[in-house]
Amino acid sequence: MKWLAWGALALLVAVFPLFGGDFYVNLASQIFIAALFAASLNLLVGYGGLVSLGHAAWIGLAAYTSAWLYLRLGLPHLANAPIALILTTLVAALFGWIALHASGLGFLMITLALAQVLWGTAYRWASVTNGDNGLSGLTRPAPFGMSLDKPAAFYYFTLAIAIVALWLMARFVASPFGAALRGTRDEPRRMAALGHNVWLVRWITFVYSGFWGAVAGLLYVYYHKYVHPTTLSLQSSAEALLGVIAGGAGTLAGPVVGAAIVLILKNYVSAYFERWNMLLGLVFVLIVIFMPDGVVPGLRRAWVRLRAK
Amino acid sequence: MNPALQIHGLKKAFGGLPATNNVSLDVPAGERRLIIGPNGAGKTTLFNLITGALRADAGAIRLFGEEITRLAPHQRAHRGLARTYQIITLFPRDTLEHNVVLSLLGLAKSRWNAFRALRTDTVLHEEARRILGLVGLGERAARPIGEVSYGEKRRVEIAMALAQRPKVLLLDEPLAGLSREERAGIKTLIHGIARDVTVIMIEHDMDTALDLADRVTVLHYGKVIVEGTRTEVVADPRTREVYLGNA
Repeated sequence: MKWLAWGALALLVAVFPLFGGDFYVNLASQIFIAALFAASLNLLVGYGGLVSLGHAAWIGLAAYTSAWLYLRLGLPHLANAPIALILTTLVAALFGWIALHASGLGFLMITLALAQVLWGTAYRWASVTNGDNGLSGLTRPAPFGMSLDKPAAFYYFTLAIAIVALWLMARFVASPFGAALRGTRDEPRRMAALGHNVWLVRWITFVYSGFWGAVAGLLYVYYHKYVHPTTLSLQSSAEALLGVIAGGAGTLAGPVVGAAIVLILKNYVSAYFERWNMLLGLVFVLIVIFMPDGVVPGLRRAWVRLRAK
Repeated sequence: MNPALQIHGLKKAFGGLPATNNVSLDVPAGERRLIIGPNGAGKTTLFNLITGALRADAGAIRLFGEEITRLAPHQRAHRGLARTYQIITLFPRDTLEHNVVLSLLGLAKSRWNAFRALRTDTVLHEEARRILGLVGLGERAARPIGEVSYGEKRRVEIAMALAQRPKVLLLDEPLAGLSREERAGIKTLIHGIARDVTVIMIEHDMDTALDLADRVTVLHYGKVIVEGTRTEVVADPRTREVYLGNA
Protein backbone atom coordinates (compact mmCIF):
# COMPACT_ATOMS: atom_id res chain seq x y z
CA MET A 1 0.00 0.00 0.00
CA LYS A 2 2.73 2.39 1.04
CA TRP A 3 4.93 1.44 -1.92
CA LEU A 4 1.98 1.77 -4.24
CA ALA A 5 1.44 5.35 -3.07
CA TRP A 6 5.11 6.21 -3.53
CA GLY A 7 5.15 4.56 -6.95
CA ALA A 8 2.10 6.54 -8.04
CA LEU A 9 3.70 9.77 -6.82
CA ALA A 10 6.95 9.00 -8.65
CA LEU A 11 5.04 8.23 -11.85
CA LEU A 12 3.04 11.44 -11.54
CA VAL A 13 6.21 13.49 -11.07
CA ALA A 14 7.87 11.71 -14.02
CA VAL A 15 5.08 12.31 -16.53
CA PHE A 16 3.67 15.58 -15.18
CA PRO A 17 5.12 17.84 -17.97
CA LEU A 18 3.30 15.74 -20.60
CA PHE A 19 -0.09 17.04 -19.49
CA GLY A 20 0.54 19.67 -16.82
CA GLY A 21 0.64 22.79 -18.98
CA ASP A 22 3.38 25.45 -18.88
CA PHE A 23 2.08 27.35 -15.87
CA TYR A 24 1.97 24.34 -13.59
CA VAL A 25 5.17 22.81 -14.95
CA ASN A 26 6.95 26.07 -14.16
CA LEU A 27 5.33 26.16 -10.74
CA ALA A 28 6.56 22.62 -10.14
CA SER A 29 10.12 23.59 -11.13
CA GLN A 30 9.98 26.45 -8.65
CA ILE A 31 8.71 24.06 -5.98
CA PHE A 32 11.70 21.77 -6.59
CA ILE A 33 14.06 24.72 -6.16
CA ALA A 34 12.29 25.94 -3.02
CA ALA A 35 12.20 22.38 -1.66
CA LEU A 36 15.93 21.94 -2.20
CA PHE A 37 16.54 25.29 -0.54
CA ALA A 38 14.32 24.47 2.45
CA ALA A 39 15.87 21.01 2.77
CA SER A 40 19.34 22.56 2.98
CA LEU A 41 18.13 24.91 5.73
CA ASN A 42 16.54 21.94 7.50
CA LEU A 43 19.98 20.37 8.01
CA LEU A 44 20.77 23.28 10.31
CA VAL A 45 17.35 23.94 11.83
CA GLY A 46 15.87 20.47 12.07
CA TYR A 47 18.88 18.25 12.65
CA GLY A 48 21.32 20.72 14.18
CA GLY A 49 18.84 22.72 16.26
CA LEU A 50 20.42 25.90 14.91
CA VAL A 51 17.70 28.27 13.73
CA SER A 52 19.07 30.55 11.01
CA LEU A 53 17.30 33.57 9.59
CA GLY A 54 20.05 34.23 7.08
CA HIS A 55 19.77 31.33 4.67
CA ALA A 56 18.82 33.65 1.79
CA ALA A 57 22.50 34.65 1.75
CA TRP A 58 23.38 31.41 -0.07
CA ILE A 59 20.65 31.44 -2.70
CA GLY A 60 21.31 35.13 -3.35
CA LEU A 61 25.09 35.07 -3.31
CA ALA A 62 25.30 32.12 -5.72
CA ALA A 63 22.70 33.72 -8.01
CA TYR A 64 24.46 37.10 -8.04
CA THR A 65 27.92 35.58 -8.53
CA SER A 66 26.78 33.47 -11.45
CA ALA A 67 24.91 36.39 -13.02
CA TRP A 68 27.79 38.82 -12.57
CA LEU A 69 30.41 36.45 -13.97
CA TYR A 70 28.20 35.79 -16.97
CA LEU A 71 27.35 39.42 -17.68
CA ARG A 72 30.59 41.22 -16.80
CA LEU A 73 33.25 38.65 -17.58
CA GLY A 74 31.34 36.71 -20.19
CA LEU A 75 32.18 33.41 -18.46
CA PRO A 76 30.12 30.49 -19.77
CA HIS A 77 27.85 28.60 -17.36
CA LEU A 78 30.20 25.64 -17.15
CA ALA A 79 32.91 27.91 -15.73
CA ASN A 80 30.83 30.29 -13.62
CA ALA A 81 28.70 27.67 -11.84
CA PRO A 82 31.63 26.07 -9.96
CA ILE A 83 33.06 29.50 -9.14
CA ALA A 84 29.69 30.60 -7.74
CA LEU A 85 29.39 27.41 -5.68
CA ILE A 86 32.92 27.64 -4.31
CA LEU A 87 32.71 31.34 -3.50
CA THR A 88 29.34 30.94 -1.76
CA THR A 89 30.59 27.94 0.22
CA LEU A 90 33.67 29.89 1.31
CA VAL A 91 31.51 32.77 2.50
CA ALA A 92 29.34 30.22 4.33
CA ALA A 93 32.52 28.96 6.02
CA LEU A 94 33.30 32.49 7.18
CA PHE A 95 29.74 33.37 8.24
CA GLY A 96 29.43 30.04 10.05
CA TRP A 97 32.65 30.67 11.90
CA ILE A 98 31.29 34.04 13.06
CA ALA A 99 27.72 32.95 13.83
CA LEU A 100 28.71 29.79 15.72
CA HIS A 101 30.36 31.86 18.39
CA ALA A 102 26.80 32.08 19.65
CA SER A 103 23.92 29.65 19.89
CA GLY A 104 20.14 29.95 20.18
CA LEU A 105 18.81 33.47 19.76
CA GLY A 106 22.29 34.93 19.37
CA PHE A 107 23.00 32.59 16.46
CA LEU A 108 19.70 33.56 14.84
CA MET A 109 20.43 37.27 15.15
CA ILE A 110 23.97 36.97 13.78
CA THR A 111 22.85 34.95 10.75
CA LEU A 112 20.15 37.54 10.15
CA ALA A 113 22.60 40.43 10.47
CA LEU A 114 25.16 38.87 8.12
CA ALA A 115 22.54 38.13 5.46
CA GLN A 116 21.26 41.68 5.81
CA VAL A 117 24.77 42.94 5.09
CA LEU A 118 24.69 41.07 1.77
CA TRP A 119 21.18 42.32 1.07
CA GLY A 120 22.24 45.92 1.73
CA THR A 121 25.30 45.46 -0.44
CA ALA A 122 23.17 44.16 -3.30
CA TYR A 123 20.99 47.26 -3.04
CA ARG A 124 23.75 49.85 -2.63
CA TRP A 125 26.70 48.59 -4.62
CA ALA A 126 24.96 49.46 -7.85
CA SER A 127 28.10 49.43 -10.02
CA VAL A 128 28.33 45.69 -9.47
CA THR A 129 24.80 44.58 -8.70
CA ASN A 130 22.84 47.17 -10.67
CA GLY A 131 21.04 47.99 -7.40
CA ASP A 132 17.26 47.94 -7.35
CA ASN A 133 17.08 47.14 -11.07
CA GLY A 134 18.73 43.79 -10.54
CA LEU A 135 20.80 41.89 -13.08
CA SER A 136 18.94 40.84 -16.21
CA GLY A 137 19.83 39.56 -19.65
CA LEU A 138 20.81 36.15 -18.37
CA THR A 139 20.44 32.76 -20.03
CA ARG A 140 19.91 29.19 -18.93
CA PRO A 141 22.78 26.76 -19.37
CA ALA A 142 22.55 24.10 -22.07
CA PRO A 143 24.11 20.94 -20.59
CA PHE A 144 25.39 18.61 -23.34
CA GLY A 145 23.84 20.92 -25.89
CA MET A 146 20.30 20.46 -24.58
CA SER A 147 18.38 23.70 -24.32
CA LEU A 148 16.60 24.25 -21.02
CA ASP A 149 14.44 27.09 -22.26
CA LYS A 150 11.28 24.98 -22.55
CA PRO A 151 9.46 24.51 -19.23
CA ALA A 152 9.50 20.71 -19.53
CA ALA A 153 13.26 20.54 -20.16
CA PHE A 154 13.96 22.81 -17.21
CA TYR A 155 11.54 20.78 -15.08
CA TYR A 156 13.50 17.58 -15.64
CA PHE A 157 16.84 19.33 -15.16
CA THR A 158 15.73 20.78 -11.81
CA LEU A 159 14.08 17.53 -10.78
CA ALA A 160 17.27 15.56 -11.43
CA ILE A 161 19.40 17.94 -9.39
CA ALA A 162 16.85 18.10 -6.58
CA ILE A 163 16.69 14.30 -6.39
CA VAL A 164 20.48 13.95 -6.22
CA ALA A 165 20.67 16.71 -3.60
CA LEU A 166 17.89 15.28 -1.43
CA TRP A 167 19.39 11.81 -1.70
CA LEU A 168 22.79 13.07 -0.53
CA MET A 169 21.17 15.01 2.30
CA ALA A 170 19.23 11.88 3.31
CA ARG A 171 22.52 9.95 3.40
CA PHE A 172 24.07 12.76 5.44
CA VAL A 173 21.30 12.63 8.00
CA ALA A 174 21.41 8.82 8.31
CA SER A 175 25.20 8.70 8.60
CA PRO A 176 27.31 8.58 11.77
CA PHE A 177 27.96 12.28 11.26
CA GLY A 178 24.21 12.91 11.08
CA ALA A 179 23.69 10.97 14.30
CA ALA A 180 26.38 13.07 15.97
CA LEU A 181 24.71 16.22 14.64
CA ARG A 182 21.36 15.25 16.20
CA GLY A 183 23.23 14.45 19.39
CA THR A 184 24.70 17.96 19.50
CA ARG A 185 21.17 19.32 19.04
CA ASP A 186 19.75 17.32 21.98
CA GLU A 187 22.61 17.24 24.51
CA PRO A 188 25.62 19.26 23.37
CA ARG A 189 27.44 19.03 26.70
CA ARG A 190 27.10 15.29 26.87
CA MET A 191 28.30 14.99 23.27
CA ALA A 192 31.42 16.97 24.14
CA ALA A 193 32.05 14.73 27.15
CA LEU A 194 31.73 11.72 24.83
CA GLY A 195 34.54 13.04 22.64
CA HIS A 196 32.51 14.75 19.90
CA ASN A 197 33.79 18.11 18.70
CA VAL A 198 30.46 19.91 18.93
CA TRP A 199 31.65 23.16 17.38
CA LEU A 200 33.24 21.46 14.38
CA VAL A 201 30.20 19.26 13.77
CA ARG A 202 28.02 22.37 13.69
CA TRP A 203 30.38 24.33 11.50
CA ILE A 204 30.70 21.56 8.92
CA THR A 205 26.91 21.31 8.83
CA PHE A 206 26.62 25.06 8.38
CA VAL A 207 29.02 24.99 5.42
CA TYR A 208 27.35 21.93 3.88
CA SER A 209 23.95 23.53 4.27
CA GLY A 210 25.32 26.69 2.64
CA PHE A 211 26.64 24.65 -0.29
CA TRP A 212 23.19 23.20 -1.06
CA GLY A 213 21.70 26.63 -0.60
CA ALA A 214 24.12 27.79 -3.31
CA VAL A 215 23.00 24.98 -5.62
CA ALA A 216 19.43 26.19 -5.12
CA GLY A 217 20.68 29.70 -5.93
CA LEU A 218 22.03 28.59 -9.29
CA LEU A 219 18.77 26.85 -10.18
CA TYR A 220 16.92 29.95 -9.05
CA VAL A 221 18.86 32.29 -11.32
CA TYR A 222 18.59 29.83 -14.23
CA TYR A 223 14.85 29.71 -13.79
CA HIS A 224 14.21 33.45 -13.53
CA LYS A 225 17.11 34.57 -15.75
CA TYR A 226 17.13 37.54 -13.44
CA VAL A 227 18.27 38.36 -9.92
CA HIS A 228 17.09 41.14 -7.63
CA PRO A 229 18.13 42.15 -4.07
CA THR A 230 14.86 40.66 -2.70
CA THR A 231 16.47 37.24 -3.28
CA LEU A 232 18.77 38.15 -0.36
CA SER A 233 16.05 39.67 1.80
CA LEU A 234 14.80 38.63 5.20
CA GLN A 235 11.52 37.69 3.48
CA SER A 236 13.39 35.11 1.41
CA SER A 237 15.07 33.60 4.50
CA ALA A 238 11.83 33.67 6.46
CA GLU A 239 9.85 31.91 3.72
CA ALA A 240 12.34 29.05 3.69
CA LEU A 241 12.25 28.81 7.48
CA LEU A 242 8.45 28.90 7.35
CA GLY A 243 8.52 26.00 4.88
CA VAL A 244 10.81 23.97 7.15
CA ILE A 245 8.73 24.57 10.27
CA ALA A 246 5.33 24.18 8.58
CA GLY A 247 6.39 20.98 6.84
CA GLY A 248 8.17 19.47 9.80
CA ALA A 249 11.70 20.36 10.93
CA GLY A 250 14.02 17.40 11.33
CA THR A 251 12.13 15.21 8.84
CA LEU A 252 13.25 14.56 5.28
CA ALA A 253 9.88 15.13 3.59
CA GLY A 254 8.86 18.05 5.82
CA PRO A 255 10.74 20.89 4.08
CA VAL A 256 9.66 19.60 0.66
CA VAL A 257 6.00 19.67 1.64
CA GLY A 258 6.40 22.95 3.51
CA ALA A 259 8.16 24.66 0.63
CA ALA A 260 5.42 23.44 -1.73
CA ILE A 261 2.72 24.88 0.54
CA VAL A 262 4.46 28.27 0.74
CA LEU A 263 5.12 28.42 -3.00
CA ILE A 264 1.64 27.33 -4.08
CA LEU A 265 0.05 29.90 -1.81
CA LYS A 266 2.43 32.53 -3.07
CA ASN A 267 2.07 31.81 -6.80
CA TYR A 268 -1.36 30.37 -7.19
CA VAL A 269 -3.44 32.12 -4.57
CA SER A 270 -1.88 35.51 -5.19
CA ALA A 271 -3.47 35.47 -8.62
CA TYR A 272 -6.93 35.54 -7.03
CA PHE A 273 -6.30 37.07 -3.67
CA GLU A 274 -4.19 40.14 -3.27
CA ARG A 275 -3.33 39.72 0.39
CA TRP A 276 -1.75 36.32 -0.01
CA ASN A 277 0.72 37.07 2.78
CA MET A 278 -2.20 37.26 5.18
CA LEU A 279 -3.46 33.89 3.97
CA LEU A 280 0.01 32.42 4.35
CA GLY A 281 0.08 33.69 7.92
CA LEU A 282 -3.34 32.20 8.58
CA VAL A 283 -2.35 28.82 7.14
CA PHE A 284 0.78 28.88 9.23
CA VAL A 285 -1.16 29.65 12.40
CA LEU A 286 -3.55 26.77 11.67
CA ILE A 287 -0.64 24.39 11.12
CA VAL A 288 1.01 25.46 14.36
CA ILE A 289 -2.25 24.99 16.28
CA PHE A 290 -3.24 21.61 14.86
CA MET A 291 0.13 20.10 13.94
CA PRO A 292 2.69 21.88 16.11
CA ASP A 293 5.62 19.84 14.82
CA GLY A 294 4.65 20.29 11.17
CA VAL A 295 2.42 18.84 8.48
CA VAL A 296 4.47 15.70 7.76
CA PRO A 297 4.77 14.45 11.36
CA GLY A 298 1.16 15.55 11.97
CA LEU A 299 -0.22 13.60 9.03
CA ARG A 300 1.92 10.60 9.91
CA ARG A 301 0.43 10.54 13.40
CA ALA A 302 -3.10 10.94 12.04
CA TRP A 303 -2.45 8.04 9.65
CA VAL A 304 -1.22 5.79 12.47
CA ARG A 305 -4.28 6.69 14.56
CA LEU A 306 -6.58 5.98 11.63
CA ARG A 307 -5.10 2.55 11.05
CA ALA A 308 -5.26 1.66 14.71
CA LYS A 309 -9.04 2.10 14.65
CA MET B 1 54.61 6.54 37.76
CA ASN B 2 52.48 9.60 37.29
CA PRO B 3 49.22 9.75 39.20
CA ALA B 4 46.12 9.15 37.03
CA LEU B 5 44.75 12.50 38.07
CA GLN B 6 46.65 15.32 39.65
CA ILE B 7 44.95 18.55 40.63
CA HIS B 8 46.88 21.49 41.94
CA GLY B 9 45.52 24.72 43.40
CA LEU B 10 42.28 24.56 41.44
CA LYS B 11 40.00 27.56 41.80
CA LYS B 12 36.60 28.48 40.40
CA ALA B 13 34.26 31.21 41.60
CA PHE B 14 30.76 32.12 40.47
CA GLY B 15 30.18 35.85 40.87
CA GLY B 16 32.70 36.15 43.69
CA LEU B 17 31.42 33.06 45.47
CA PRO B 18 34.15 30.41 45.48
CA ALA B 19 32.80 26.98 44.46
CA THR B 20 36.20 25.37 44.22
CA ASN B 21 38.68 26.98 46.54
CA ASN B 22 42.29 25.94 46.08
CA VAL B 23 41.66 22.23 45.70
CA SER B 24 44.65 19.93 45.34
CA LEU B 25 44.20 16.23 44.82
CA ASP B 26 46.33 13.27 43.74
CA VAL B 27 44.65 10.08 42.63
CA PRO B 28 47.00 7.20 41.77
CA ALA B 29 46.17 4.94 38.83
CA GLY B 30 43.66 2.23 39.64
CA GLU B 31 42.43 3.80 42.85
CA ARG B 32 38.78 4.04 43.89
CA ARG B 33 38.37 7.51 45.31
CA LEU B 34 35.20 8.67 46.98
CA ILE B 35 34.53 12.39 47.20
CA ILE B 36 31.89 13.30 49.74
CA GLY B 37 30.52 16.52 51.08
CA PRO B 38 27.22 18.19 51.90
CA ASN B 39 25.12 20.12 49.37
CA GLY B 40 27.03 23.00 47.86
CA ALA B 41 30.42 21.58 48.75
CA GLY B 42 31.50 21.99 45.12
CA LYS B 43 31.61 18.31 44.19
CA THR B 44 29.93 18.59 40.79
CA THR B 45 31.81 21.83 40.05
CA LEU B 46 35.02 19.91 40.63
CA PHE B 47 33.89 17.28 38.09
CA ASN B 48 32.94 19.99 35.61
CA LEU B 49 36.41 21.49 35.98
CA ILE B 50 38.11 18.13 35.52
CA THR B 51 36.10 17.32 32.36
CA GLY B 52 36.39 20.84 30.98
CA ALA B 53 32.67 21.66 31.03
CA LEU B 54 33.83 24.62 33.14
CA ARG B 55 37.09 26.53 32.79
CA ALA B 56 39.15 26.91 35.95
CA ASP B 57 40.04 30.42 37.17
CA ALA B 58 43.40 29.16 38.39
CA GLY B 59 45.26 25.95 39.03
CA ALA B 60 46.32 22.94 37.00
CA ILE B 61 44.84 19.56 36.12
CA ARG B 62 47.05 16.75 34.91
CA LEU B 63 45.96 13.42 33.47
CA PHE B 64 48.76 10.85 33.69
CA GLY B 65 51.23 13.71 33.86
CA GLU B 66 49.83 15.59 30.86
CA GLU B 67 48.49 19.05 31.54
CA ILE B 68 44.85 19.18 30.35
CA THR B 69 43.76 22.40 32.08
CA ARG B 70 43.23 24.26 28.83
CA LEU B 71 41.92 21.42 26.66
CA ALA B 72 38.34 21.35 25.39
CA PRO B 73 36.03 18.68 26.89
CA HIS B 74 36.12 16.48 23.77
CA GLN B 75 39.92 16.52 23.78
CA ARG B 76 39.95 15.35 27.38
CA ALA B 77 37.55 12.54 26.46
CA HIS B 78 40.03 11.43 23.80
CA ARG B 79 42.72 11.23 26.48
CA GLY B 80 40.75 8.70 28.49
CA LEU B 81 38.43 10.74 30.67
CA ALA B 82 34.76 9.77 30.99
CA ARG B 83 31.97 10.87 33.27
CA THR B 84 28.38 10.23 34.25
CA TYR B 85 25.89 12.87 35.32
CA GLN B 86 24.06 13.34 38.57
CA ILE B 87 21.09 14.71 36.64
CA ILE B 88 20.45 12.09 33.96
CA THR B 89 21.75 13.42 30.65
CA LEU B 90 20.70 10.96 27.96
CA PHE B 91 19.13 11.23 24.52
CA PRO B 92 15.52 10.60 25.49
CA ARG B 93 14.03 10.08 22.03
CA ASP B 94 16.60 7.48 21.04
CA THR B 95 16.95 3.84 22.01
CA LEU B 96 19.32 2.61 24.69
CA GLU B 97 21.41 1.10 21.93
CA HIS B 98 21.63 4.37 20.01
CA ASN B 99 22.70 6.18 23.19
CA VAL B 100 25.61 3.81 23.63
CA VAL B 101 26.38 3.98 19.90
CA LEU B 102 26.73 7.77 20.21
CA SER B 103 29.18 7.17 23.01
CA LEU B 104 31.19 4.66 20.96
CA LEU B 105 31.16 7.05 18.00
CA GLY B 106 32.70 9.80 20.11
CA LEU B 107 36.09 8.12 19.90
CA ALA B 108 35.64 6.36 16.53
CA LYS B 109 37.07 7.74 13.30
CA SER B 110 33.83 6.88 11.53
CA ARG B 111 32.06 9.72 13.37
CA TRP B 112 33.14 11.98 10.48
CA ASN B 113 31.61 9.72 7.84
CA ALA B 114 28.69 11.64 6.32
CA PHE B 115 27.71 9.13 3.63
CA ARG B 116 27.54 5.60 5.02
CA ALA B 117 24.31 4.64 6.79
CA LEU B 118 24.98 4.35 10.53
CA ARG B 119 22.61 1.38 10.89
CA THR B 120 24.79 -0.69 8.54
CA ASP B 121 27.69 -0.46 11.01
CA THR B 122 26.96 -3.80 12.66
CA VAL B 123 30.25 -3.88 14.57
CA LEU B 124 29.37 -0.69 16.40
CA HIS B 125 25.84 -1.83 17.19
CA GLU B 126 26.96 -5.26 18.40
CA GLU B 127 29.49 -3.59 20.67
CA ALA B 128 26.75 -1.29 22.03
CA ARG B 129 24.52 -4.28 22.80
CA ARG B 130 27.43 -6.10 24.43
CA ILE B 131 28.07 -3.13 26.74
CA LEU B 132 24.36 -2.87 27.56
CA GLY B 133 24.56 -6.56 28.42
CA LEU B 134 27.37 -5.81 30.88
CA VAL B 135 25.10 -3.46 32.82
CA GLY B 136 22.19 -5.91 32.62
CA LEU B 137 20.20 -4.10 29.96
CA GLY B 138 20.84 -6.38 26.98
CA GLU B 139 17.14 -7.17 26.67
CA ARG B 140 16.15 -3.52 26.64
CA ALA B 141 18.55 -2.31 23.95
CA ALA B 142 15.80 -1.48 21.45
CA ARG B 143 13.66 0.51 23.92
CA PRO B 144 13.64 4.31 23.80
CA ILE B 145 15.16 5.95 26.88
CA GLY B 146 11.80 7.55 27.64
CA GLU B 147 10.26 4.11 28.24
CA VAL B 148 12.68 2.69 30.80
CA SER B 149 12.78 3.22 34.56
CA TYR B 150 14.92 5.71 36.43
CA GLY B 151 17.14 2.95 37.78
CA GLU B 152 17.71 1.65 34.28
CA LYS B 153 18.63 5.13 33.08
CA ARG B 154 21.28 5.23 35.79
CA ARG B 155 22.67 2.03 34.31
CA VAL B 156 22.66 3.53 30.81
CA GLU B 157 24.66 6.46 32.19
CA ILE B 158 27.30 4.01 33.37
CA ALA B 159 27.13 1.98 30.15
CA MET B 160 27.82 5.10 28.09
CA ALA B 161 30.83 5.96 30.21
CA LEU B 162 32.16 2.39 30.05
CA ALA B 163 31.74 2.42 26.25
CA GLN B 164 34.40 5.13 26.15
CA ARG B 165 36.93 2.63 27.59
CA PRO B 166 38.05 5.29 30.05
CA LYS B 167 41.30 5.36 31.95
CA VAL B 168 39.75 7.69 34.50
CA LEU B 169 36.04 7.38 35.20
CA LEU B 170 34.14 10.07 37.07
CA LEU B 171 30.82 8.96 38.56
CA ASP B 172 28.58 11.78 39.77
CA GLU B 173 26.23 10.39 42.43
CA PRO B 174 25.56 7.12 40.60
CA LEU B 175 23.37 5.91 43.46
CA ALA B 176 21.20 9.01 43.81
CA GLY B 177 17.47 8.41 43.91
CA LEU B 178 17.68 4.63 43.78
CA SER B 179 15.98 1.99 45.93
CA ARG B 180 18.08 -0.24 48.16
CA GLU B 181 17.96 -3.14 45.70
CA GLU B 182 18.89 -0.89 42.80
CA ARG B 183 21.77 0.54 44.79
CA ALA B 184 23.12 -2.90 45.50
CA GLY B 185 22.95 -3.67 41.79
CA ILE B 186 24.84 -0.53 40.75
CA LYS B 187 27.42 -1.10 43.49
CA THR B 188 28.09 -4.59 42.17
CA LEU B 189 28.47 -3.04 38.75
CA ILE B 190 30.96 -0.43 39.96
CA HIS B 191 32.78 -3.07 41.95
CA GLY B 192 33.19 -5.10 38.76
CA ILE B 193 34.94 -2.33 36.81
CA ALA B 194 38.42 -3.43 35.80
CA ARG B 195 41.11 -2.40 38.28
CA ASP B 196 43.17 -0.59 35.63
CA VAL B 197 40.41 2.02 35.44
CA THR B 198 40.74 4.77 37.99
CA VAL B 199 37.32 5.53 39.46
CA ILE B 200 36.43 8.78 41.20
CA MET B 201 32.97 8.85 42.64
CA ILE B 202 30.93 11.63 44.18
CA GLU B 203 28.37 10.86 46.84
CA HIS B 204 26.30 13.10 49.00
CA ASP B 205 25.99 10.77 51.96
CA MET B 206 28.97 9.31 53.69
CA ASP B 207 27.73 5.77 54.20
CA THR B 208 26.20 4.79 50.86
CA ALA B 209 29.38 4.12 48.95
CA LEU B 210 32.04 3.95 51.62
CA ASP B 211 32.67 0.25 51.08
CA LEU B 212 33.65 0.89 47.44
CA ALA B 213 36.37 3.40 48.27
CA ASP B 214 40.07 2.95 48.77
CA ARG B 215 40.45 6.53 49.92
CA VAL B 216 38.00 9.28 50.73
CA THR B 217 38.15 13.04 50.26
CA VAL B 218 35.77 15.31 52.16
CA LEU B 219 34.89 18.58 50.46
CA HIS B 220 33.28 21.47 52.28
CA TYR B 221 32.63 24.94 50.85
CA GLY B 222 34.94 24.14 47.95
CA LYS B 223 37.85 23.09 50.14
CA VAL B 224 39.39 19.75 50.93
CA ILE B 225 38.77 19.29 54.67
CA VAL B 226 39.90 15.73 55.24
CA GLU B 227 41.55 13.10 53.12
CA GLY B 228 42.58 9.59 53.98
CA THR B 229 41.56 5.96 54.18
CA ARG B 230 37.98 5.03 55.09
CA THR B 231 38.71 4.53 58.76
CA GLU B 232 40.80 7.69 59.04
CA VAL B 233 38.11 9.82 57.46
CA VAL B 234 35.26 8.32 59.47
CA ALA B 235 37.19 8.78 62.69
CA ASP B 236 38.26 12.35 61.93
CA PRO B 237 36.37 14.90 64.03
CA ARG B 238 36.33 17.37 61.13
CA THR B 239 34.23 14.90 59.11
CA ARG B 240 31.70 14.78 61.90
CA GLU B 241 31.72 18.52 62.10
CA VAL B 242 30.89 18.84 58.40
CA TYR B 243 28.09 16.33 58.56
CA LEU B 244 26.68 16.97 62.00
CA GLY B 245 27.46 20.64 62.48
CA ASN B 246 29.32 22.20 65.37
CA ALA B 247 26.89 21.06 68.02
